[in-house]
Amino acid sequence: MQRHLISAADLTRDDAVLILDTAEEMARVADRPIKKLPTLRGRTVVNLFFEDSTRTRISFEAAEKRLSADVINFTAKGSSVSKGESLKDTAQTLEAMGVDAVVIRHGASGAPYRLATSGWIDAAVINAGDGTHQHPTQALLDAFTMRRRLVGRDAGIGQDLSGKRITIVGDVLHSRVARSNVDLLHTLGAEVTLVAPPTLVPVGVESWPCEISYDLDSTLSKSDAVMMLRVQRERMNAAFFPTEREYSRRYGLDGDRMAKMPEHAIVMHPGPMVRGMEITAEVADSGRCTVVEQVANGVSIRMAVLYLLLGGNEPAVTHTRPPVSHHHPSNERSAHTISADEEK
Amino acid sequence: MDTEQDKRQYEADARPVLEAPDIARVLTRIAHEIVERAKGADDVVLLGIPTRGVFLARRLAVKLEEITGRTIPVGSLDITMYRDDLRMHPPRALARTDIPGDGLDGRLVVLVDDVLFSGRTIRAALDALNDIGRPRAVQLAVLVDRGHRELPIRADYVGKNLPTSLRETVKVQLAEEDGRDTVLLGAKRTSPGGE
Repeated sequence: MQRHLISAADLTRDDAVLILDTAEEMARVADRPIKKLPTLRGRTVVNLFFEDSTRTRISFEAAEKRLSADVINFTAKGSSVSKGESLKDTAQTLEAMGVDAVVIRHGASGAPYRLATSGWIDAAVINAGDGTHQHPTQALLDAFTMRRRLVGRDAGIGQDLSGKRITIVGDVLHSRVARSNVDLLHTLGAEVTLVAPPTLVPVGVESWPCEISYDLDSTLSKSDAVMMLRVQRERMNAAFFPTEREYSRRYGLDGDRMAKMPEHAIVMHPGPMVRGMEITAEVADSGRCTVVEQVANGVSIRMAVLYLLLGGNEPAVTHTRPPVSHHHPSNERSAHTISADEEK
Repeated sequence: MDTEQDKRQYEADARPVLEAPDIARVLTRIAHEIVERAKGADDVVLLGIPTRGVFLARRLAVKLEEITGRTIPVGSLDITMYRDDLRMHPPRALARTDIPGDGLDGRLVVLVDDVLFSGRTIRAALDALNDIGRPRAVQLAVLVDRGHRELPIRADYVGKNLPTSLRETVKVQLAEEDGRDTVLLGAKRTSPGGE
């Protein structure tokens, strides 16, 4: 039995609903005066961050500390990684220290998979974002936010997102958030439409379980949730659209566009938001925008995942599905072929 | 866990020690004892331990309301994340913790569970309470006390003292969850369970 969370595609519907239900109970801890549970007392979790991400790291750290785990933060900058140490050596160092779980963020797609399956380390591995591949806890927290807003906080227990229509807009090509969300939302029964400029749609997208559209305006009126993605300029190595203004005009969400959405529909954004580019300040600050909720929900989801993977003597999440390969576009290094030397 | 067939076999072999009318009578008695000891139950909060303790707590609340004419706050307290044997089993799905709106500070909390056995569940419940508030006092009401304590814990209100051997199991069934009210005493199978 596996005990890692590498990809949102590995989760069955029942696993995903169990995680969401568990997160709902974890969220109640946040309302208490003492936001702490003794559940992971004596367990050590390492946050292994090869890429900068303050938001995700502090979210995991808060979740780990609320469950009483011992937390070690490891950032590549200033560590032996900058002196040339490989992922394998780092893993073996952690193994020697008796680490129970590794939360890993890495710029190379497939690095968490490699860490979990290479036999270098015995700990549970949780993917906190790898390259343009996957970010499963982000997808889970997005699904959690949708279920709370669109189905209901208590009414949602045990429920999935059947029949909900979700539109994901923007830089799909560079987005592990989009990939993870398509996988998980499909598993949970939602209908997903990706909206992006043709240049920002990945190769092989036809095999993803979703619709593709190039026209944002025509999809808005039939969306229960619209998720805006950040345009990841740091990952762009070519001109994918003429100008920022052109992009905003066609794919940015402003007040006029938001008015076309159904009354109950929500606006989501994984953060960090670039105001004025993909989303206007008016939309970002409106009551329909769930960005701040998503951050709070992230802690609950990560507590749920840590509890279900580490709380007992074996994980509660089953991973019965075979690995899905549709999200490895040809321009991406496959998780199975990455070598230890490549990942310094 | 239990297959449907195992369950039916167990029920066929097990001996009922309390039936529905007994359970109702026992709960009425406990309700009266609570009112007597708490001198009117003004500040009582009932907290059931999932799953069946919650149903028992709700039933006790109804009886207390009949006796005192006041609404008695009822909640549930899931102790899963405070168990000391978490690492010996796969993690369980969490049940609901619901603390009544006014909180527990300064109140008399009566914990309600179906079976009192090793006492470890109650220890975990006391830890959980510690994180949630500071009650004036904590008492314990159980439907069945089957003995074999592993910790210095005893119940304030006991429906039935049931001396058992460790080779036996006690299974409480309640209409809300199991379709009928009964307490069964049966032989232990290979897999541990029953309480």
